[in-house]
Amino acid sequence: MDAPTNAIESAAARGPATERRNVLLRLRVNGEDAEAYVAPYKTLLEVLREDLGLTGTKHGCELGECGACAVLLDGEPVLSCLELAVQCEGRAVQTIEGLARGAELHPLQAAFADLGGSQCGYCTSGMVMTAKALLDRDPAPSRERVKEALSGNLCRCTGYQQIWESVEEAARALRMEKQEAKP
Amino acid sequence: MNAPEKPRQKTRFDTIGKPRRRVDGRAKAIGQQRFADDLVLPRMLHAKLARSPHPHAVIESVDVSRARAHRGVHLVLTGADFPVPYGIMPVSQDEYPVARERVRFVGDPVAAVIAVDEQTATEALALIDVKYRPLPTIASPEEGLANPEPRIHDYGEQGNIHRNQSYEFGDVEEALAQSDRVFEDLFFYEGNTHLPMEQQASLASIEGDGKLLLETSTQNPHYLHRQLARVLQMPTAHIRVIATANGGGFGGKCDPGNHEFVVAKAALMLGRPVKICLTREEVFYQHRGRHPVLMKFRTGVTKDGRLTAIHLQTLLDGGAYGSHGPASTFYTGVLTPVTYELPRFKFEACRVFTNKPACGPKRGHGTPQPRFGQEVQLDKIAEALGLDPAEMRLKMVTKPDSLTASWLRVGSTGLAECIRKVVEMSGWRARRGKLGPGRGLGLACSAYMCGAGVSIYWNKLPHSAVQLLLDRSGQVTVYCGATEIGQGSDDVLAGLTAEALGIDPVNVRVVTGDTGITPIDLGSYSSRVTIMMGNAALQAAARVRELLATAAAEALDTLPDRLVFSQDRVFAAEDAGKSMSFVEAIAAAEAKFGTIASVGSYAPPKPPGKYKGAGVGPSPAYSFSACVVETEVDPVTGWVTVPKIWVAHDIGRALNPILARGQVIGSVYMGLGEALMEEQAFRRLPPKLSSALVHRNPSMLDYKSLTSLDMPEVEVALVEEPDPNCPYGAKEVGQGPLLPVMPAVANAIYDAVGVRIDEVPITPDKVLAALARKAKGEAPRVGPESFPGVPYPQATFVLPPWEGGDGNELKGRKAA
Amino acid sequence: MMRLPWFRWHAPRSVAEAAKILAGEGPQAMLIAGGTDLVPNMKRRHQEPAALVALRGVEGLKKIANGAGLTLGAGLTLTEVVEARQVREHYGALYQAAAQVATPHLRNMGTLGGNVCLDTRCTYYNQSYEWRRAIDFCMKKDGATCWVATASKRCVAVSSTDTAPALIALGAKVRLASAGGARELDLADLYNNDGMAYLTRRPDEILTEIVLPPAAGWKSAYWKLRRRGAFDFPVLGVAAAVRAAPDGTVEDARIVLGAVASRPIVAKAGELLAGKRLTDDVIEEVAAKVASRAKPMDNTDLEIYWRKEVVPAFVGYALREVRGDDMRATRMRIARQAL
Repeated sequence: MDAPTNAIESAAARGPATERRNVLLRLRVNGEDAEAYVAPYKTLLEVLREDLGLTGTKHGCELGECGACAVLLDGEPVLSCLELAVQCEGRAVQTIEGLARGAELHPLQAAFADLGGSQCGYCTSGMVMTAKALLDRDPAPSRERVKEALSGNLCRCTGYQQIWESVEEAARALRMEKQEAKP
Repeated sequence: MNAPEKPRQKTRFDTIGKPRRRVDGRAKAIGQQRFADDLVLPRMLHAKLARSPHPHAVIESVDVSRARAHRGVHLVLTGADFPVPYGIMPVSQDEYPVARERVRFVGDPVAAVIAVDEQTATEALALIDVKYRPLPTIASPEEGLANPEPRIHDYGEQGNIHRNQSYEFGDVEEALAQSDRVFEDLFFYEGNTHLPMEQQASLASIEGDGKLLLETSTQNPHYLHRQLARVLQMPTAHIRVIATANGGGFGGKCDPGNHEFVVAKAALMLGRPVKICLTREEVFYQHRGRHPVLMKFRTGVTKDGRLTAIHLQTLLDGGAYGSHGPASTFYTGVLTPVTYELPRFKFEACRVFTNKPACGPKRGHGTPQPRFGQEVQLDKIAEALGLDPAEMRLKMVTKPDSLTASWLRVGSTGLAECIRKVVEMSGWRARRGKLGPGRGLGLACSAYMCGAGVSIYWNKLPHSAVQLLLDRSGQVTVYCGATEIGQGSDDVLAGLTAEALGIDPVNVRVVTGDTGITPIDLGSYSSRVTIMMGNAALQAAARVRELLATAAAEALDTLPDRLVFSQDRVFAAEDAGKSMSFVEAIAAAEAKFGTIASVGSYAPPKPPGKYKGAGVGPSPAYSFSACVVETEVDPVTGWVTVPKIWVAHDIGRALNPILARGQVIGSVYMGLGEALMEEQAFRRLPPKLSSALVHRNPSMLDYKSLTSLDMPEVEVALVEEPDPNCPYGAKEVGQGPLLPVMPAVANAIYDAVGVRIDEVPITPDKVLAALARKAKGEAPRVGPESFPGVPYPQATFVLPPWEGGDGNELKGRKAA
Repeated sequence: MMRLPWFRWHAPRSVAEAAKILAGEGPQAMLIAGGTDLVPNMKRRHQEPAALVALRGVEGLKKIANGAGLTLGAGLTLTEVVEARQVREHYGALYQAAAQVATPHLRNMGTLGGNVCLDTRCTYYNQSYEWRRAIDFCMKKDGATCWVATASKRCVAVSSTDTAPALIALGAKVRLASAGGARELDLADLYNNDGMAYLTRRPDEILTEIVLPPAAGWKSAYWKLRRRGAFDFPVLGVAAAVRAAPDGTVEDARIVLGAVASRPIVAKAGELLAGKRLTDDVIEEVAAKVASRAKPMDNTDLEIYWRKEVVPAFVGYALREVRGDDMRATRMRIARQAL
């Protein structure tokens, strides 16, 4: 091959260094204010993992093809690998680290840990956060609804069945909690 | 309290067999589990690999001066920095961390950049100037056989043949000639890859004592440890490898990876931590996945459906490097005789180098391909003989404690029970053939090893070792080199140790996969961990138990062998009122003997076969599986839907049934993906215009892994026939249940619409093409049409046990 | 991790402001809405805009307005489109198309406008920079040859939008705004049959609205062929919309094929069906004629000849569903979900 003059190289050379400046980003992460000076090319995934130290959110492709990086943005599941961090200014992000109630696991987390919903654990964060958004909307989803809601989260270990069962068990537990909370 | 028991022979359990939260379940559910790319160290640098755009070329020069000058770049490594080759097997040391003279596939690393961040390293890759001289390429084993030159490697059997072998157990031609019927079928199994959710990552650093630490996503820290010492030319004891929690492995993290050597070397040179994380595309290039295999089965049967002989020929597409290839080549045949009684067996196999990423071990290592062929062919035989496929199989399952023609010892077997289970669960008898047009049921079976009987490098040492340390606080720490890859081996270790000591598993701290701390375990491959680590753990536990029992018996005024360890207490068998807590028992023992610790280790039994090559295939035990798949096939489009799968697996004993069931369903998932859509496929461009030979689909979008919407419900039966060679009888469950799925799908499609798809993946276009042939009155089949002339060597001839053999080669015997 | 290149970032608040920035930056700037198409493409260096103009914060792009028909803001997410009652009740094909785009997460992010303007796709193009270098690039980006059809002067990358065939079948128009003014055109006219210049949108124009005519009397359906129940782009999309008299006689009809060319293919279904009833024979005849318009190339998932062969079956599914047949079992087998 000839000496390459190509896209990546030209991108490297492009623009004066003065344009390569980090920007201040303010987010509300797991209910707390978070600030970081980040390179504007960074996705929410990169900022969470690299600038805020929240490595519970995983990455499996960085192209929106696997769902491992799913987090909740203003309550809705999105792929943090495709979400520009600068687009998230001022918005509420919830990650797996923010789900437990103090030392006590969220019922989804307990169910995934107990019922085989998590094997290698790498898809678990994205899976659990996606399921959280589902149960927030639909406290008693049908099996079909669970399958659809999780269809953007690949898992290579479980064959999904114990994940569906975990979500259904968590839904039951959450409904019980709600009932018990009623006077 | 029941009678005292020897821990190994326990039959009543506190922990075993009960559903339990896995020991790492909490960390995974809250995002606390630290995978390799989650690790961060101060002053950490980042590495990226420059990869070859050519499938086969001589490297004429590598100029890294511009890259080195790029702002933020700390180091650029080339082949010159790595004079020593490596390879997972001693007989295939054919890889360099960075290519030196030759690149052999698109994606072969040619240089490495270490920079302040990943972005900078990526930018610098483009500033590396490599001059290549392209060479002719080989895209398939057929091309490799036809073109001995240029050789992709200058070692191997001849030309581009990497491995070539032939074994014959009894005179197969004679048996075929005497058979009522002989069936000849060709099958092809396309390659596919592991696709673990986690991309490989590694972090190398120098510890305070000046020694190298590599934390990495690997299934085999021990083999990697040895290879690092070799490549870096350092004392092994100066290197520590920690296998971080693996985000899935499936065999894909068994081989040492280029990236692991690169960061290790860079950290040593720079004195700073260096991390790398492969992109998803790079994971496809690291590969080591399922070999594409072309197969020819000539199978003789009696008219009542008993096997008389099988002559199996396989041709493997090895890719560009040796990897586990020598073992993979064996595995395309050696387990064939394990499922059914087979009087005579001949097996020829050939692995050819091609200019594609190296193939290696994927879940089932080499055996799904021939099992697919064998089980589909059996379905054809059953039909031709007018027999029920389930009944025919039931009549010829191998017997417990028997030998195969090839001298493998089958210990326990629950295959018959597995078949009966899936027949019952699926309503096979009532529903098969009665589901209406376009719907069908298919059945298939399989067997798998519970650990390879022989290590990857020859030695007489234990395969697994466990160290137990009991503290007066009640803390039980169990150390083992075994590697958690998601399959639950840490949980197995905690569960077995707890059971053996009669304590709650939450009181067991598990330390695994760290060559700096833990005793040897060969790694998470060949379904060996539960059996080998488990036996080592039980031995270690028995040893500390004896110390505790001696001390406790004195305190409780009874005899050590009258004590029962259960529920975190030690009881006198005859008087449950006489008891002390487990913690008190530790203290008593510590006062008597000093610090309480023990070791245990395990080496598999010596295999009965004595011929050269008999080392591949033997195992302490075999697991068995049976599967029924239901299909719906659209006759207009060929579209295949799988609404339900039933699977039964002979697990010996389910240690934690939740995990066991998860392994079974996960195996079925992966098998169904292989059956229907997963393929690691390559494409050439028009040769007049381009010499490119590229991966067709190196992404998670294009490599089709079933989603939650594509996965049917799976009904699982665990058949528990405890095996005496296994810890509390527990056999493997991580690989075996995958194996029957692909042939069961093919057989179900035949039952639905009467067409044979003799290759995987079974895509709708193939089904439709076969339906079109059927409509025209042609053979209703899609599959390979011919098998090339392979120069297999003369067979090593061994007489089967029932023909007076002694397990040795019969020299001078002219094989047919 | 794959990372984006550096870029300048603009976050305008109004269409006018966005149009002004776009005019000022020139063709080196690109619009970004949900980012689900552009961000992966930028990571693979298909597009290397020096500046991004974000539409997410732009007011007025998220409206759903009932007028004579239905006006949908281009900035509505696909989830919002799927959940819009008016869409589900009156524009079935759009509902079914939007509900089958990618995955739930990507529908939460991706917009209707983004899906309409989706970059064309090709197995030789949707690859990393390094992969494309190994084939010496292709015509669509950084290279000279079309590797799908080496004699072709034109890029044959595939139109892979699900919503556009549905919207065209429903008679949609689109509104574009630029610093120079606004214009409205039939959605069908937004597309060229050219994998590179696949849109007639000028680089300084912003797609603001999709306008649907009244649905009274129309029934529609969208069927998508792909390997899996989620993630995958269509390798065939069939949108059918039919207006029939109470006795079942077809008054007007539109059938649009997706993913078989560089633009959605509008079949002359009105001429074929008008005055006829949707009998099995008519459906079969029309399906065969419509299918002859499909010219798939070997640059997507699944085998090319098979993809061509199954077009009539999919046209038939769509027409039978429009006719009122119970297609739920077939739908479940193909889409793997009820729609």
